[in-house]
Amino acid sequence: MEDVNHTKLETRGYDMFYGDFQALREVHIKIPANQITAIIGPSGCGKSTFLRTFNRMNDLISDVRVAGEVILDGCSIFEMDPVELRRHVGMVFQRPNPFPKSIFDNVAYGPRANGLRDRAQLGDIVKRSLRDAVLWDEVKDDLGRSGLALSGGQQQRLCIARALAVEPQVILMDEPASALDPIATLRIEELIQTLKEKYTIVIVTHNMQQAARASDYTAFFMMAEDRAGCLVEFGPTQQIFTRPQNKQTEDYITGRFG
Amino acid sequence: MPRESFDKDLQHLEDDILTLGSMVETSIMEAVDALKRRDLERSRELIAFDRKINEKRFAIEAEALAVIAMQQPVAIDLRMLAAVLDIADELERIGDYAKGIAKINLRIGEGPLLKPLVDIPAMARKACSMLHRALEAFIDRDVDRARALPREDDEVDNLYNQVYRELMTYVIADPRTIEQANFLLWAAHNLERAADRVTNICERVLFTATGELIEMDVEDMGIEGMPG
Amino acid sequence: MSEGTATVSKSVLEAGEGAPDRCTIDFQDQANVARRRVVQGIAFGLLWLAGIAAVLVLLFVAGYVIARGAGTVAADFPGFLLDPPLGGLSAEGGISTTIVTTFYVVFLTIGIAAPLGIFAAIYLVEYAEGVENSENKWVSRLVGVVRFGVETLAGVPSIIFGLFGYALFVTTLNEHTGGFSLISGSLACACLLLPVIIRASEEALKAVPRSYREGSLALGATQWQTVRQVVLPAALPGIITGIVLSVGRVVSETAVFYVTLGGTHNLPTSLRQGGRTMAMHLYTVATETTAYEKAMATGAVLIVTIVLINLIINLISRRLTAGLKGR
Repeated sequence: MEDVNHTKLETRGYDMFYGDFQALREVHIKIPANQITAIIGPSGCGKSTFLRTFNRMNDLISDVRVAGEVILDGCSIFEMDPVELRRHVGMVFQRPNPFPKSIFDNVAYGPRANGLRDRAQLGDIVKRSLRDAVLWDEVKDDLGRSGLALSGGQQQRLCIARALAVEPQVILMDEPASALDPIATLRIEELIQTLKEKYTIVIVTHNMQQAARASDYTAFFMMAEDRAGCLVEFGPTQQIFTRPQNKQTEDYITGRFG
Repeated sequence: MPRESFDKDLQHLEDDILTLGSMVETSIMEAVDALKRRDLERSRELIAFDRKINEKRFAIEAEALAVIAMQQPVAIDLRMLAAVLDIADELERIGDYAKGIAKINLRIGEGPLLKPLVDIPAMARKACSMLHRALEAFIDRDVDRARALPREDDEVDNLYNQVYRELMTYVIADPRTIEQANFLLWAAHNLERAADRVTNICERVLFTATGELIEMDVEDMGIEGMPG
Repeated sequence: MSEGTATVSKSVLEAGEGAPDRCTIDFQDQANVARRRVVQGIAFGLLWLAGIAAVLVLLFVAGYVIARGAGTVAADFPGFLLDPPLGGLSAEGGISTTIVTTFYVVFLTIGIAAPLGIFAAIYLVEYAEGVENSENKWVSRLVGVVRFGVETLAGVPSIIFGLFGYALFVTTLNEHTGGFSLISGSLACACLLLPVIIRASEEALKAVPRSYREGSLALGATQWQTVRQVVLPAALPGIITGIVLSVGRVVSETAVFYVTLGGTHNLPTSLRQGGRTMAMHLYTVATETTAYEKAMATGAVLIVTIVLINLIINLISRRLTAGLKGR
């Protein structure tokens, strides 16, 4: 029954340095398309840093050096214009960060930044994105309301809608539910399940039950002695959580890690 | 130490399984012994004792479920808890077999046996020995022992066949003995089934350690339940 | 929730029986807590007094001037405001031209200083930040110098700017500025205001959460788009505060204009002509004439003007930021 999904994102021998400090070492991974891949690991192991590689948000930090290849659909991301890359690889952050603008302007921000001006088209995009983010019914009556007036869970869904509006291929999520209450968290997890049909999703989470519940594949990162992050094991979530191959993985997921 | 209370819970469950195991072993040995000595009073006590075995089994189940709900176990912990649930079930059924033997003693009633029991007690000793070692293998996660034990089931099967042939000769010689012979055969059958259940326990031990579920049917041509 | 509607498990109910009937906590620390409360009361009392004192001082100064001056304005209303000053030892006429000139100067100065200051702040915060840490030592050194310069200039007395303006705009660039003129005065005053506006804008920009910038960039916007559409609007309240402060400064500024505007009581009709602001007029009348009452009256009008301008700016600012916060 295992159909081999084709690879959307790939890294080969990827290293990352902050100045002299090595944050990631020799990461080889193939992230399958239209699946949800969770990245787990202890604090400081480089999960968020690794995630931010894919949309080159690490470029914003000075003194960053990379080696190896990172490939999206066969193209090296380091040979692209980051602005162009970020249209294809969107991101949702840990704390919901809607702009201090109306709901409509929030969702329309991305398309507008890319040059779309036609009001009718923007309206369609906003509606579609809010629908996909399962927020439309709750806000359709007043899209002019400020994005900041929504509840935490709604704000995060607004941020997801905003990311969807530019129609990326990949959505990166950095602990998207960690600032939310349990019900809102479960709704986000449900939403992610529906999104994988159209998008490839990579999600960093420190909540193992969430990774087990909500992902198809899991990547486990660990910190080496020199505090560089390494990929220890990668495989189908079901297998990782019932029969992990690597002892370190097992120690971590059973909570007996250090 | 991370998960210290969780480890204590798991330890407690392992101890409980051992306790239940020894209750069941005792039941089997004493049921066969009571049959041999024609001690009907003891058999009655053993039938009452089965209730305690059931209670213990349900207690273990409830505790295992509580641990699963509250500790969200994964990987080897999860497999171990699944094994605990299954092994408790197998032990309870072996306990039922012991109760069956006690009932047989009562059904046969007063009076001597067809022949002094030799093979049936041997079967009981063998089955209990296998059970004991299987539970030890579970606690120790001893994969090699778990793989080796099921082969000893052959001895039990052979003894069963021997009992069958012996009893048949008695029945052929004197058809009036058929009732008691039937009961005795049934008692032997219970012991043979008990040994089979030990094989199941060994499968679970392997599963806990490796994550693979394998049927460990030793090569034999016999049909389940029928002698020969 | 009314009593008895919550479902409490039996074991919890049983555990709750045997609770004590009266309070059994032994409050041993009461003296200590009482003492700390007294200290807090004293501290708050002193803070209150300081606040009230500050407000009283302000009210007293403004009140005194308005009280003394209102009479004169009322006596010749609206003539005082609509007639131009005619000069002379008893300061004949009104202050119409000075009012207009003040407004001219405010608009000109802010018009020069605000865009410059805001853009400089944007550069320092948005672009130089990344550059500061980079290997380009020269740019980071330059940024350091600029920062230091801004901080230093903020403390320089305004007469220095006036003399600078006199030397550069009035004298050296005489042909272009027309000597004593609106343009000279505004330029000089703009230099005065620049550090203030830059600093206020910088603080406002820095206060915008980093998450807004990250969110915008992650959507594929360029850094300039991010600044223009997300950061600036969010920083607007703080920037406007800086501008409001600057306006007040311009209206009340005397030393700078005294040596760059000229002082004629005629209405300037072009940028290259000079004039007189209300503050200058007040000073002139108070020191060179005997019409002390007219000086007070000018002061009263000045204060009212400042209040009016602040109100207007606050209104505009509130309109602009209405859509930004949650309604």
